[in-house]
Formats: sequence, C-alpha cells, structure tokens
Amino acid sequence: MSGSSSSSVAGRDIVALEGVTKRFPGIVANDSVDLSIRPGEVHVLLGENGAGKSTLIGMLSGLQQPDEGRILVDGKPTPITSPRHALALGIGTVFQHMMLVPTLTVAENLLLGGPWWQRPRTEELEARVAEITRSLGITVKLHAKVSELSLGEQQQVEILRAMVRNSRLLILDESTSMLTPKGIDELGALMRRLVEQGLAIVFITHKLKEAAAFGDRISVLKLGRKVGEIPPERFRALGEQAIISEIVELMFGKQKDDPEAVERPVRTVRAEAAPLLQVADLAVAPTDNAPGLSSISFDIRPGEILGIAGIDGNGQKQLAEALAGQRAATSGSVRLEGIAIEALSVGERRRRGLRYLTDDRLGEGTVGTFPVSINFFLKQVGAAPFWRHGVEQRGEIDERAAQLVREYDVRTPSLKTPVARLSGGNIQKVLLARELAEGAKVVIFNKPTYGLDLANTLASRQRIRDTAARGLAVLLISTDLEELLSMCDRVAVIANGAIVGTVENTDDARTRIGRLMIGLAA
Amino acid sequence: MSIDTAPTTSAAALDATSAAATRRDILHRLLMTLGPILIALVIAGCILLAVGVDPLAYYGFVLEKGLFSPLGIQQTLTRMAPLLFLAAGLIVAFRAGMWNLGGDGQFLLGAVTAAASAPVLVQIMPSWLALTFSFLIAMAVAMIWSLVPALLRAYQGVNEIITTLMMTFLGTSLANVLVKLVFRDPSTTVPQTRTLPVEDRLPRLFETTITSGLLLGLAAIIIVHLVMTRTAFGLKLRIVGANPRAAVHAGLGVSGLTVTVFAISAGLAGLAGAVDIIGVQGNVRADWNPAYGLAVIPAVFLARMNGFAAIGFVFLLSVLSIGGESAARRLGVPNHFTLVLVSIVLIVLALAEYVDHRYNQSRKA
Repeated sequence: MSGSSSSSVAGRDIVALEGVTKRFPGIVANDSVDLSIRPGEVHVLLGENGAGKSTLIGMLSGLQQPDEGRILVDGKPTPITSPRHALALGIGTVFQHMMLVPTLTVAENLLLGGPWWQRPRTEELEARVAEITRSLGITVKLHAKVSELSLGEQQQVEILRAMVRNSRLLILDESTSMLTPKGIDELGALMRRLVEQGLAIVFITHKLKEAAAFGDRISVLKLGRKVGEIPPERFRALGEQAIISEIVELMFGKQKDDPEAVERPVRTVRAEAAPLLQVADLAVAPTDNAPGLSSISFDIRPGEILGIAGIDGNGQKQLAEALAGQRAATSGSVRLEGIAIEALSVGERRRRGLRYLTDDRLGEGTVGTFPVSINFFLKQVGAAPFWRHGVEQRGEIDERAAQLVREYDVRTPSLKTPVARLSGGNIQKVLLARELAEGAKVVIFNKPTYGLDLANTLASRQRIRDTAARGLAVLLISTDLEELLSMCDRVAVIANGAIVGTVENTDDARTRIGRLMIGLAA
Repeated sequence: MSIDTAPTTSAAALDATSAAATRRDILHRLLMTLGPILIALVIAGCILLAVGVDPLAYYGFVLEKGLFSPLGIQQTLTRMAPLLFLAAGLIVAFRAGMWNLGGDGQFLLGAVTAAASAPVLVQIMPSWLALTFSFLIAMAVAMIWSLVPALLRAYQGVNEIITTLMMTFLGTSLANVLVKLVFRDPSTTVPQTRTLPVEDRLPRLFETTITSGLLLGLAAIIIVHLVMTRTAFGLKLRIVGANPRAAVHAGLGVSGLTVTVFAISAGLAGLAGAVDIIGVQGNVRADWNPAYGLAVIPAVFLARMNGFAAIGFVFLLSVLSIGGESAARRLGVPNHFTLVLVSIVLIVLALAEYVDHRYNQSRKA
C-alpha cells in the first residue's frame, strides 16, 4: 500500500468524472455529472432512491459505460471496461448486498478471483491481512465461515478484500443500510482511518445524519443531476445541524433558473363540497421489505389536489396500494363518495371510479410484450364493447386505442408495437389515458413524473391539473417537493408510514414541509 | 430515442406499415425455425455416421415408415391424437406462465380411469354415452390430481415445476397400482385392465386405421388456440403469464386463474390418456408409460405455443417416433435416437435464437 505518502498526493484527483451522462430506455439516470474523488477524503454521495447513485457506481466499477462524458483516472481519460479492469485500476467496490460466498471461509473468499492455475497463496495472504488489520485496528477471523459472521464483520471482510487487492479508491454503496447503530459508528471510524492512510472513499447513502457525520465532501444528486456540492473547507466550517439544513436546501429547495417551476394557478376548491375520498385511521402491517402504515387519515374534496410529501420509502407505495386494494389493510376505513370501499376488490374499486396510476410503469403498470392497444384496456378485460360474450372485438379495441393515442399524444410506431419499446414518457401517456378515461372520480398518482424528461413532465403535470379542474379528487404522491408546491392545494407529509402533518400550500409551505420531512415540528 | 420523434399518424397508416412488418416477421420466423431443424438433421447425421450408420438410410427409413407408406402414415396420424391433447394442455399452461410438467402422471391416470370405466359403462348404456362419460371421468380425475400443485402454487407460491414433476412420479406409480390391484381384468393372467371391445372404441376414419380421436385432438388444440388468442379469458391468462404483478395491479384474481389453468391443462392431459385408450389401445397394461407428456414439450416450444404451429410439430414428432421405431429396428440404432434428434433440434434452435437476438441488438446499437 502506498498510504504513507498521502500528503503529497492529496489535492489531486484519483478519479474524476466529467460531464458523465447515462441513459436507459425512457430514463436519464445520470445527466452530465461532474465529480472529483481525492485521496484522503470521504466523498459522500447523497440522494434519494432513483437519484442516480447506483448508476454512477456502476460506471465507476466498470459494470456500465457512460453514454457521454469521460472518466479520468490519475488525470488520464480511461474507459473502465469491466469490473476486473476497475480492480486493476485500484477501484474497489463494496456493494449494498453482500458479495461473499457464505459457505466458504473468510480466507477462501479473499483468495477468490486469483489465477485458476495457481495454488491459493494462503501464507502470503495471511501476512498481508495481518499487516492491513494491524494498521486499521480491526480483527478479522480468517478461518471462520462467512455465514458465521455478523453483517458488520462481513462488511469489514469486504473492505479488507478491496484493501488486499491494493485499492486506492473504495466505494461503499449504502453500506450502513443493514448495520446496527454501533456497527455504523464502527464503520465511520474505520473509514476515517482508511482515509488517513491516503485512501479515497466514496460513501453512498441517503441518510443525512451519516453524511454529515462521516463526510469530508458531499455531493447531492437529484433526479440524475448533481445539484450541489459542499467542499471540505465549507464542511469543516459548518456545524452538523448547519450541514444538514444546507443539504435539505439542496435536496428539496427551489433552484434558480428551474424551468419546471410554474406558479401555482389559483384554483378555488369549494370548501363546503362533500369529500370524494375519505380515509380514516388506515393501517397496514409492515412486511419484510416494506414499512407498514399507521393511522393515516385525510379527506379530498372534488377538484382538490392533496399532495403526499416525504422521503422515498416511507410508506408512499404502501399507501397507494392500500387505497387501490392491492395491499390488505389491517384496519381503518376508505370511503368513496361516502360509501365504504375498504372491503372491495381492486376491480370493484376501479369500477366505482377509484383509479391508481402506478409509479412502476413496466413492472406492474403494463405488460411490456403486449401491444400498445391491449395495454389501454388491461384493467377492463372482458368489458363491453371491447369484448362481447368474452370474445375480443379487435375493431372496437383498435378504434378506441387509436382515439386514445391521438387524444393523449402517444408517440408510437403502431398500435401493435409492444409497449415496452416506447419511451418512459409515452408509456406514462398510455397509463394516463387508461386511468383518466371515462368514469374516474378519484385518481391516485404515484410519482407521476419520475424519470420523465422535461417535456413529458410538464405534459403529465398539466394532465393532473386538468383532472382536478374536471372536479375529480386527486391524491398526488411525489418525492419532488417542487412538483407538490406547484400543484397541490394541501400537502401531507408522510414519515415512517404515518402522516406527520398537513400543510396548506401557502407561501411558507416549503420550509414547513421541509422541517416535517426531516422530523422537526412544522 | 427514435420512437419519440416518430410522428403520430392516423390509425389506417399505422396498420398498413404494420401489415408489411407482419409478413416480414412471419418469413423471418419460418426461416428461424426451419433453418435450425435442417442444421440439426445434419448434426444428427454426423452422429449416425460416427456410430457407423448411414444417415441417409436412417432418414430414408424414417420418412418411408413414418410418412410415405400407407400403413405408416395411418399410424402416424393415429399417434397424433393423444399428442394433440397433451400439446393443447401445455399451451394453456405455458401461455399462462405455469410449467405443468406433470403431463405424464395426469395422462396415465386419465388413461387408467378411462380404461376402467369404459368397458363397464358400455354394458349399461349406449356406446356413445358411455364413451362420453369415460372421457369426463378421465378429465375429472386428472383435474383433481393437479389440485395439489395448483393450490400450492396459487396460495403458497411453491414452484410448480418441482411439484408437478413429483406428482408425475406419484401419478405413474398410482396408475400402476390401480391397474394391478383395483382394475385388474380377472379373466387374464396378464396384469392389465379389462379390454374395451374394438366395436365400442372410437370409430375409425373412413376405410383406414386412423382413429377419429385425431379429429377430437385437432378440435381441442384449435379451440385452445382461439380461446388463448381471441377471448377475454385467454387474455387474462396471458397477462398472468407475461407479468403477474400487472395482473394483480389490473385486479385479476391470480390465485383463482392459477387453479383454473392447472385444471384445464391437466384435464386435457387426462383426455389425452382417455383418447389413447378409448380410441386405440382398448386397455392399460401394467407398467405401460409411453412418456408422451415430456416428448410433447419440445414440440410446443418449437411452435412457440401457437396452436396451429403445434399441429405441424406434433405431426413431425409423430413421423419421427413412428418412423424412428422402425428405422431403429432395421439399422440397429437405439430406439431413443429419436429423442437425441429432437433434443439436438432444440439446442440448435436455442442457439439460433441467441445469435439472432445478438444480431438484432448489435444492429440497433
């Protein structure tokens, strides 16, 4: 290891990203991101799910190639062509999910990946490990089976593996997500010792507190773009609270020259009108990988848009699914036009006018291999006039589909095109057409503009406004505060599966929502 | 993406362009199916050469016995009847994304119940009614047999590949036990069921030995194809098969549909057993297991679960198995060489698919 000469190389980038852009069908995962990674620094990458962190790591570790821009290693433009190449360049990655073989011992895991024609060099490894662990002040049981280690110990093994392979840059992807609070503190201390030896660390997280506690430099990603950076000088000058509030400002705050910012049109909701949707004390049991909901209550009147704000993964999807009937509620009531619907099936709720526009457009919203025309009617299979006595009426289907394609401006080569071949924006238009067609009374939008480009984002927002203007009740779930502020009448904030406060969308709504989101009282 | 910029044209223009695309698509499909089969024949020929058999003679015998001789083609067409029912059952299951690999157990249980019931029923009611009842009983028993994997899959998410395969072992053993212990014909020393008299079996077509079960099989597979492609019920099953989460999102009762799919698929397999007994065999001997169920799976895959294409591939499979049996006897090639041939076809086909996919990807990029 070349750690002792840290001071001489400090200040020069080990790895730098210049204008890196990565696109996936329908989504811009990274939009001209610049990043400089320096030895002796913990560089925190902060962002919500879907902000583009994983894609960025994928490119750094050689799993994916950027579409535009370049990656510089030691100042020289270097395409990182494979994970093996990344390792050879000294870039080691500890992925979110453990990548150790549980049935092998620690030593065997560390020896994996060596040349197959050689005998594993166990003695050499033991000497290396002893040297590294001594300098880091950790102990690793080389001959224990990985399955017998705690998650924190496994993580140390993964870090050790990267060190054994002479990594100069260590990427830790959501490494704290499975650790106990004590484990998290130990990891923080370990990172500190590693950077003191001259290593560079990229630490990915979506937890603000960890970012402030462990970082030297913070870059904030939002919807694929880098929206701000706090350099080390500034980082040291600020206290923890000040850093957190600055991050909140970066993550949720209004940006200058934001083209999406539209003044909220003044809409009058008749306060005396009876609510279309009433939810009282709704609760959902938590599952292995999803938080539950507790005591969710709200009303939405005709023509009103109620926003649900919150950091992603706090129960938004569970709320939408419970309302749509896809997820069983343990208690509470849901009333549509005053009639209880909480015991009804998904199909029956839809027939009564409750529509759910899912955020998972390809995963559950559409059947990707089916033609566009059929995807318009997925939720009406068997209904007249498109099916008569159970037999498909292709003429009726195509006629109505062509009409919807025109009305919602779906850009598709043909009605027969498999829907997965369309861009994200056009798939979203298919879903909008399906959910907003005749009979809708209450519409739940879950992250309706997630992953869309600007034009489609604006078009989708206009659809939602029009929906409310038609006198429908709208529940708008979004992680984009800007979006909520530009469209909603009221905004409820969800945290840990409970609504922690509801704010009228007035001038000071932004700060009050932001405070609620990070757990402070409005 | 280029699709984004494509102008939205009228529906008529859209259909015109897609018609040409469909023709090209069919041509491409045909090439991608027949090409690999030819290559596979060449590879299998090389294997025959290696074991010292003249491949041309082998293929010649196969064609002569399975296709060109009058007796052979009649045997081939007769063999198709149960295979078509099995293929129909597999199409329903595979299109709904469920791997019913228990066809053989369901087939044998259907065959045994048909063999047990038909000779008894014909003595107490008109022959056509008796045969109808036998068919229904065979179907019902196979459906009940499929309940275990169906319920496990529908409500517990247990992988049906494992459960149906295990149930098929149990099913074949149970069928044997039934033949030997319960339905054994007391008048013979051979362990077999009572024999349905030839005049009470399904009538033969015209002046040939071809069973009219062939027509039933053709009807079954065409009906299944039309139901799967043209009806709301078929579309629901296809949604479950293509994207189960979308099915939940769209409000379909996935559990109920799963059980239904297994019932239909197994019911058709049971009918396949019944049609083979009532139409051709007349009884079930102990330890009889033609293993049609597994043999049909490749044919259904080659046909990409299209009913009409499946008819063609089932015909090919029949020719191969009838002709292969005869060629094997005359040239000393093991009988199972037919299976070797079919599996080579499958492997080459999969490789061709992969190459084609890579080619398309690189052309797009």
